[in-house]
Order: sequence, then C-alpha cells, then structure tokens
Amino acid sequence: MSTLAIKDVVVHYGAGADETVAALDHVSLTIEPGSFVVALGTSGCGKTTLLNLMAGFLRPTSGFATFGDRPIEGPSSERGVVFQHGALMPWLNVIENVAFGLRLKGIPREKRRERARAMLRLVALEGLEERRIWELSGGMRQRVGVARALTADPAVLLMDEPLGALDALTREQMQELILDIWARTKKSVFFITHGIDEAVFMASKLLVMSPRPGRVVASIDLAFGRQFAEGAKAGEVRAQPEFIATRERVKQLVFSSRQLAEARL
Amino acid sequence: MSDSPTLASTRESSLRVLSLSPLRFLGRFTYVGKVSVATCVAVVFLWWLAARLEVVPAMFLPSPFDVAAKFFAVWRDGFQDATLWQHLLASLGRVTAALAGAIVFGVVLGFAMNLSETARGIIEPLLEFYRPIPPLAYLPLVIIWFGIGEFAKILVIFLGILPSVLIATYDGLKSVSRDMVNAARSLGATRLQVVLLVLLPHALPSILTGTRIGLGTGWATLVAAELVAATRGLGFMIKGAADFLATDVVILGILVIAAAAIVMELALRLIQRALAPWQGHQ
Repeated sequence: MSTLAIKDVVVHYGAGADETVAALDHVSLTIEPGSFVVALGTSGCGKTTLLNLMAGFLRPTSGFATFGDRPIEGPSSERGVVFQHGALMPWLNVIENVAFGLRLKGIPREKRRERARAMLRLVALEGLEERRIWELSGGMRQRVGVARALTADPAVLLMDEPLGALDALTREQMQELILDIWARTKKSVFFITHGIDEAVFMASKLLVMSPRPGRVVASIDLAFGRQFAEGAKAGEVRAQPEFIATRERVKQLVFSSRQLAEARL
Repeated sequence: MSDSPTLASTRESSLRVLSLSPLRFLGRFTYVGKVSVATCVAVVFLWWLAARLEVVPAMFLPSPFDVAAKFFAVWRDGFQDATLWQHLLASLGRVTAALAGAIVFGVVLGFAMNLSETARGIIEPLLEFYRPIPPLAYLPLVIIWFGIGEFAKILVIFLGILPSVLIATYDGLKSVSRDMVNAARSLGATRLQVVLLVLLPHALPSILTGTRIGLGTGWATLVAAELVAATRGLGFMIKGAADFLATDVVILGILVIAAAAIVMELALRLIQRALAPWQGHQ
C-alpha cells in the first residue's frame, strides 16, 4: 500500500489577470493507506483541482504530487475516480459500465462480468446488471460509479462530491454504504464535499479548505466514520456530544475562512 | 411522441368509438399521424379534382390515375430504354455509394478535426468555403475535371452529403463531457481506446442525425448529377420526360424519388433507434 502525497503544490489556471489568484496555493497533504480523507470547503476553494492533481488529470504549476515513491504523471487505474455526475456511459448497461475498466485491460468477457457482478453485490445493486443507465435513480447511478471504480481494484478511491446531487435520505444511505465499502475493502479514500455534517461523520482526516487562493486551513483527525464502520449506529454516532461539538467547531472554521476570503475580494 | 398522458387517454377513448367504423385502421396512428394522412389524402383529392375539372390542360396536369397507370406502364415497358426499376436502381446505387463515402470521410475528418488542431486548421476553411456553394454550381467543374462517367456523378452527390456528416461528427465529439473521457482514462484507457470506446459511441447519435440530413441533400443533388450524360436514373428519366412534355412521367419520377427518400429516411431512423437507444434519455 502506497501513500499519496501532495507537496507544496501551486496551481494557476489560465493566463494574464486570471493568474493572480491561485486555485491552489502551497498546499501539502498526505493520504495514508487505509485513511478516509475528506476535503471540505465552499465552492472555489480548489477541492476539485486537488482531486484532478491526484487523479493525474492535471499537472501542478509548481510542487509535487507523488504516489508511493513515483511522481503522478497521468491517470492510472491504481487511482480510481468517482465523479459528481457519475460520468457513466449511456451506451453501456449497468454491468458493462462496471466492467469497463477490465475490458480496457483485455480481460475475457466472462471473467470481467464475474468480477463486475461481485462489485455490484458490494454496492447492493444485484439484479440490476442488465438495466440501462437512464433507468436508474441518482443514488443507483452513483453506486454504479463506485462499483466501476472498485472493479479496477485501485489503491486509492478519489470521490468528487459524489453525493452532491442526491436527496437528503439517499445521501445518508450512501454515506453509510461508502463507509461500509471503505472498511471492507481497506482502500484509501479522498472524498470531496461541502456538507459539514457529512464531512465530520465520514472523515478519518478532515481538511478544511478556504477559497481565493485555495488553501488547507485546518487538518483534523476524527474517528466517527471508523466508529460507524466498526458497528456503531449512524444515529448514535451523530448523537454524541463530541460529534455535535466537532461539527460546530468545523462550521465556525468554514465560515470564518469564507469571511476572510470575501474580505479579500 | 411527446403526448401528455391526459391527451393520450382522451384520444384512446375517441378511438374506441372509431374502432366500429370502417376507418378502424386509422386507430394505429397517433393524432399527428392521422392529420398527416388526412393532409395527403386531401392533396391527392384536390389534384384529382383539378385534373378532372381540367383547370389546366391534361398535358400539363395528368390525373393521379393517369400517373398510376403510367407507373405500371413504365414499370413493365420502361421509359427511354430502361424500366422504372432499372432507373431506380441506378439512382439508389449512386446515392448509396455517395452516402457510404460521405460517412467514411465525414467521420474520419470529423475525428481528425476534434483530435488535432492542425487538422482543424486545414479542414475548416476548405469546408466552409465549399459548403455554401450549390452543387449545381460546381457540377460543370467536376465534369471538366473528372469527365461524365459514374465517378463524377457520385462525387457530386458525395460532396453534397459530406458537410452534414462531417459537421455532425465534429459537433457530436465536441459535446463529450470531460468527466466521461477522464473516467475512461482513470480506468487505464489508452488514447486509441478513448477514441474507439468513448468518443465514437458518444458521437454516434449525432453522426446518424448528420447522415439523415445529408441524405436529403444527396437526393437533391442526384437529379442535378444525372442531368449530364446519364443513360439511366430517376433524374435522367425526369429530364428525358420533360423534353417530350411527358408530364405524367415527370410526376411519376418525382413521386418515386420521394418514396425512395422516405424509405431510406425511415430505415435510418430505425438504425438510429437500434444503435443509439440512449438518445434523449440523458
């Protein structure tokens, strides 16, 4: 298992006047094997830029992104990505989408379907193998997206606000499902959200980010997600005074960093 | 197609009344379909009426029955050394060959424009230069350069169809989401795999729509192409009939072209539905 590390990274988009504000300004962080790192922040704080760096979709203007002892130079199936809007392929049905990564590697049809079926079981979508993508609800689509990323057996799962477009009830179910998968597969996860409750509940390490320029203003180690994964009920975890206090503290951090950013405008 | 449920159910109840009448077969059509059928029937009726009352001399406007009779005559005995079927086949062959060529070149060039800035720089001005020129305008030039053979005819039709397919391919490719491509790359796709397994299926509905639009242009260009030194073909047949003031054969030719075009259009729609069932579902 390898550690994913971002070291002193700066990212500038565009040229000229746009270049004055950095999307990421000297950001450093590490994702240890088996950790669940959540990036929390308002829009424009560079969360997605950070994920694009880790995925290899983007190169830093300066600084380093490394995975294990190698620099990240492009996308790779060792770093799986789950997208906000699924990015599923509508010309493929559910199981073909999930097996897509194995098809790219030239693995025979029966073998890849077998593995895809196992992943669909993991995300509780058994029996929907032959469904068309547009027949699925938003929550189901995201589960297909998770299964597709898992099928390639990545060491790290990078999730770009995967629950952002879901309704509140589905969202909580999905939080629990993702924690469950995290505990069972022992993969590292990098998870983006702007939901404070979600961030505190899920993270083993919570990064609070602020916009203009994009920075990590706080890094907090938490254990609520681990408690849930080890069998505690979600409601009980959330009812703990410690959880409520942490949530309030994080909320203060997010709002004060946003006020600072607005003052800089 | 986009009927609201309430409207559909009102129509269903009116259908039940209809189902007792001799017009029962109409029940299989949608409301729009019924209006369309009624329109066609009305036009043929007015045509028949105008011919019957001899609003214009029969030499200029033969009745629908005369044209129908001519259909069987030309089918059996032919017109200008070829039967209707042979004329039709010659035209179909040209349009199909031109269409196939336009799909191959349109898709390949559309991909080239999408994947390479250089290719786009080369293709775009050339395409935009020749696209608005009516095929009739460059037909003489094509004949001067390529002669009066089959190749020149197919080339003119091909040039008429190509822009629709090319632009549709390019537009279809442009609309692919970055996430979709990134999803494939993060699963380990090579550049070629992204092209074949993501870009091509994504652009397929658009390519097929472009093909359907191009086909219309193809039929429009066909007649022009067959005006020059053809010995067979529907365009040639119409031209020859016009020279002898055989108005019934002219109308017959027009109707056969329309019928052939409609059949090909419907076939393409079926293909589109089979190959791209996700269209309109995103």
